[in-house]
Amino acid sequence: MATNEELKERIEAGIPGARAEVSGDGHHFEAVVAAPQFSGLSRIAQHRLVYDVFGNELGDRIHALSLQTKVQ
Amino acid sequence: MSDETNPLRDAIRQAIDENAVILFMKGTPEQPMCGFSARTAGALQTLDTPFAAVDILPDPRIRQELSALSNWPTIPQLFVRGELVGGADIVAEMYESGELAELLGVEQPDEVAPETREPAPLAIENRL
Repeated sequence: MATNEELKERIEAGIPGARAEVSGDGHHFEAVVAAPQFSGLSRIAQHRLVYDVFGNELGDRIHALSLQTKVQ
Repeated sequence: MSDETNPLRDAIRQAIDENAVILFMKGTPEQPMCGFSARTAGALQTLDTPFAAVDILPDPRIRQELSALSNWPTIPQLFVRGELVGGADIVAEMYESGELAELLGVEQPDEVAPETREPAPLAIENRL
């Protein structure tokens, strides 16, 4: 089962310089992600960067991942 | 013409182009099958915006083709005038800030939620 810790590590590894706070119940997760790369990107582009880290695990092993993104 | 035809993807693209506001969701606005879909449909209904709703549950290929088209992995997905606006989070944020009402060209209601009109359910499946 996916854990908060795993998601946090993978987001921070997948988006260098990002800081992620992840909470969740093992299926539904919420992440607040701040990263320098987000600057200049639309919200959708920012969220895509985070979703791309997990590929097709989303909707499957990770049932839902709600995002809040901020430019660091 | 693309070499391998993909009728389902073409039907989805056509639905996106033909409907000014279209929401791909789990279930229907009257009977949403997931909280995120319910919240997104609810925002549109509260803004009293007519929208087409496509239930992606009956056929898993709809979700696959849609996500390939939109490069967005989760459901729901809201399109306005052919553009992906976002998933539940972005739509919720936009609803709170009034951006959604602005994008849809409607008034942001203060409190009273107008009675919800039946949006046209669009069954993609019967176009296969």
